[in-house]
Amino acid sequence: MRWWLPDAGSTFAGPIDTLFLVILIITGIALVVVEVGLVTFVIRYRARPGRKAFYTHGSTRAEVIWTAIPAVTMVALGLVSNHYWVLIKDKKSIPPNAYHLGVHAKQFEWQVTYPGPDEKLGTSDDFTVRNQLHVIVNQPFAVELTSEDAIHSFFVPEWRLKQDAVPGMQITAWFQATKTGQFEIGCAELCGLGHYRMRGRVFVHTPDEFKAWVAQQAAGGTE
Amino acid sequence: MQTTTMTDAMRPPVPAEPGAGVYSNKLGMWVFLASDVMFFTALIGSYIVLRFGMGSAWARPGAVLNVPLTGLNTFLLICSSVSMVKGYAAIADGKKYFLRKIPGKTLQDGGLKFWLLVTIICGAGFVGVQLVEYIKLVGHGFTPTGYREGSLLAEHALADPVKYGAGVAGMYGSTFFTMTGFHGFHVTCGVISMLYLYFTKVLPEKYSPQDYRGIEVIGLYWHFVDLVWIILFTIVYLI
Amino acid sequence: MTSVAHARPEAHGDAHHGPTSFWQKYIFSTDHKIIGIQFLFVSLFFLLVGGLLAMQIRWQLGFPGQPLPGGGILPESMVQNGVILPEYYIQLVTMHGTFMVFFAIMPLLVGVYANFLIPLKIGTHDMAFPRINMWSFWLALLAGLIMLSGFFVRDGAPRCGWTMYVPCSARPDLSGATISQKLWSISIVVLGLSSVMGSVNYITTIINHRAPGMTWFRMPLSVWSLFITAILAVLALPVLQGAAILLLFDQTLGTHFFDPAAGGQALLWQHLFWFFGHPEVYILILPAMGMASDIIANGSRKPIFGYHSMVFAIIGIAFLGWIVWGHHMFMSGMNPTLGSTFMVSTLLIAVPSAIKVFNWLGTMWRGNLRFHVPMLNAIGFVSMFTIGGLSGIFMAATPVDIPLHDTQFIVAHLHYVLFGGSLFALFAAIPYWYPKMFGRMMSERIGKLHFFLTFIFYNMTFFPMHIIGMGGQMRRIYDPTIYDFLKPQQPLNVFISYSAFALFAVQFLFAFNFLWSLKFGKKAPQNPWEDNGMEWSLPNPAPHGNWDRTPNVYRGPYEFSAPEAGDKDYLPQYVKLPTDRDPIPAPLPAGGH
Repeated sequence: MRWWLPDAGSTFAGPIDTLFLVILIITGIALVVVEVGLVTFVIRYRARPGRKAFYTHGSTRAEVIWTAIPAVTMVALGLVSNHYWVLIKDKKSIPPNAYHLGVHAKQFEWQVTYPGPDEKLGTSDDFTVRNQLHVIVNQPFAVELTSEDAIHSFFVPEWRLKQDAVPGMQITAWFQATKTGQFEIGCAELCGLGHYRMRGRVFVHTPDEFKAWVAQQAAGGTE
Repeated sequence: MQTTTMTDAMRPPVPAEPGAGVYSNKLGMWVFLASDVMFFTALIGSYIVLRFGMGSAWARPGAVLNVPLTGLNTFLLICSSVSMVKGYAAIADGKKYFLRKIPGKTLQDGGLKFWLLVTIICGAGFVGVQLVEYIKLVGHGFTPTGYREGSLLAEHALADPVKYGAGVAGMYGSTFFTMTGFHGFHVTCGVISMLYLYFTKVLPEKYSPQDYRGIEVIGLYWHFVDLVWIILFTIVYLI
Repeated sequence: MTSVAHARPEAHGDAHHGPTSFWQKYIFSTDHKIIGIQFLFVSLFFLLVGGLLAMQIRWQLGFPGQPLPGGGILPESMVQNGVILPEYYIQLVTMHGTFMVFFAIMPLLVGVYANFLIPLKIGTHDMAFPRINMWSFWLALLAGLIMLSGFFVRDGAPRCGWTMYVPCSARPDLSGATISQKLWSISIVVLGLSSVMGSVNYITTIINHRAPGMTWFRMPLSVWSLFITAILAVLALPVLQGAAILLLFDQTLGTHFFDPAAGGQALLWQHLFWFFGHPEVYILILPAMGMASDIIANGSRKPIFGYHSMVFAIIGIAFLGWIVWGHHMFMSGMNPTLGSTFMVSTLLIAVPSAIKVFNWLGTMWRGNLRFHVPMLNAIGFVSMFTIGGLSGIFMAATPVDIPLHDTQFIVAHLHYVLFGGSLFALFAAIPYWYPKMFGRMMSERIGKLHFFLTFIFYNMTFFPMHIIGMGGQMRRIYDPTIYDFLKPQQPLNVFISYSAFALFAVQFLFAFNFLWSLKFGKKAPQNPWEDNGMEWSLPNPAPHGNWDRTPNVYRGPYEFSAPEAGDKDYLPQYVKLPTDRDPIPAPLPAGGH
């Protein structure tokens, strides 16, 4: 039974999970204040014979305080969040040494195109594999997302990576895996009947393993 | 008791504050027009986003559409707005008759009956001209999906793809027919409403200088429809 | 037009006698109260439909591949050997959302309570345009029936989510739905007309028809919230109508609005839909907040804390609501800079909602709390809405939205605000104004049992969804267990499903209470809650035409425990004290009377 976010597997996971925790603490405090307040008032101010309610229309000071504190908190949260947002999603943030792959989503599979031994996409030694994403650990990668038909969404939970694949658009999403092993891709946008089974497998290799795999694929090897 | 109830029920109860300062029918029409603005905004906004997101250019103005004829049609619609205003002014002065000779003058004096009829005829004329235009366009091959294969326009587009926006004809057709079609629908509804009022209220002389709310309210609608057309004419036909 | 209405004596002239035939009184009625009640029955029916669809969803998620009990009655296109098929599952999730949003919650909050409460609470006889109001109901019913027919036509119901993203919804070859997708567009256009007609009425009536003394800042918050909601509706629904028409034309006329191959843009749909969709969710919560305010003030025997702030918060939420729509599209591929701007506006909209929650607490503070069923549900509303609102902050922070977007975390959030929020507020409002509608009280005992059981099972159902969403379970997937990373969470899915079944079963208490009390409920006294609103000056049920003579308003709506009230702890707006003077009527507007 899993009770928390998936194990962190990319460089994004650290900042995102920390931000998640910060928000959890802030909203947790707010929640406790409100719920404890409610329960306290329900008990303390319940009607009893001989009691009267305190007649007041409010307090401007209270309004100012409970407007200012949430407002300031939200602005601060926005500034911090935006820093990481730009880092993750902005085109200019894609590292120049990122290894580019093509990911073409269609009903109901992921077609991943690798640049082959020459490490250049769009050349004759490129090859395409279905539903398998192979990457190198600790190396920036960028997937160029396209779609054949409906809108799909490329989602790898451990990498905190999600990006819609939209027909008519080419969208680049980058990441850097930090753990070797096997993970999964899920489709995170309802795309039709087979949306639930658009499952891909992710393999994070050491550099040598990856090279060997590419060579094997280029030589016409089995998947 | 009964009289008080009837009076209170027939008009807005005495408000604590002047409310909007306009009577309810007019306020209601303003609110409805606000919603209609949003509807056309969705259509026109989509048109703008799509057109300026296209890879190649739209067909040149006048290549496919008959700008002079539509220009005349636009003038007709504007005239109908003018006649609407004249009708409104006429009833405010209590003039309900068709035409009345003014003693000592050769011109005749038109009242609400005259001017509203002019408006209806101009409005119907606008719709008629648009229908004729549609039929002609479809005949030449211009449809909501683009230039029909084998049609005259398709041939033109092959010969001169830039002038005819060959690459984007599908979107051109889609947006043209949708926007002008819904506008035409609104004009038609206006004409039908005016006809209804004409026969049930204007001819039997039910309006008076004290109460001509229906004319004012339909007038507002009519001016709105005219304004939308001026915008559409500019962005669809002229640019 | 009103001038034509003069000719129909039954519409107005007989505030005493009213319409006489059964058809005019109960079926084709122009009385705002009857129209409100008509909306109530029809919407509760659609709430049931939505609930039944949800039960099937929960069955499949909890027990994937297991035959659905009673599934045998469904056709082969939906279940095979009793097992829900994937193509049926996506119809279920789509139509559950569609019916709940458009045909249950929105008409329950607006169609019922805007119609029923507004003229009563501002002191007038009926809406500004009673016949248009009647049409508003019949068009809403027609739209609902058109939408329902989608299940019964060839190829079944629409299935691209209630959000109907293109290209899925524009292309039958992608979705599988043919006729029903077109019916969807038609239903939406008709519903939009109904909504606009209603809103024109609500806005005009509130602006122009308030009784003498009912100034803007003496209106109850329920009326304020319905007023602002109507403005949102009148401006937002037409945009959805436009989008639905473009979608319909793509499917029927072969146009290319959303066809990327011909220059159309898939994202255009999302922008149009969410430009409507975000104001729509505020339409779904503001009336709930307004009615909860009235009920909490009543239950606390205290004025609402910070009435003016509450009004400005409603206006602030509505205003900001127009510029946050992109937060549904952070992952969509739109320019990330746009994402930043939407993040800012979205974080800011948390502030007026927070202000409201604090003011509700302030109202209860040092009150003399009465825990009648409406008050219990209103307190439940505050408590659950707080959770729902706070969970939204996670998604507002765009980097955190990355793992959470399109997961069950969103489903948890939206259900906390729509069920924990809006529906609990309805569970408060329905018994509260039931006496005014039907002249009887709903049972307090059943109501209390319903509240406690609903509250418990509700949280058991929806709180764990946050956890499953964090774990990564995507939305609208037929079988989570095919994913290794989701298998460990399946016990929670099972737990949620059992809780959901219990939650649904408990609602029969409410249904029974509602229906049984129509005939056998205790006859209601005139002002059973000792409330201050104008509506309580009338007998129960309120008569056709409401007041014989336009009433006067002497004070604000929340003068509970005011010193002037003497030994009573409430002081209605319509009560004239010796120290009060009659309000001076304003002059009639020019141009016609």
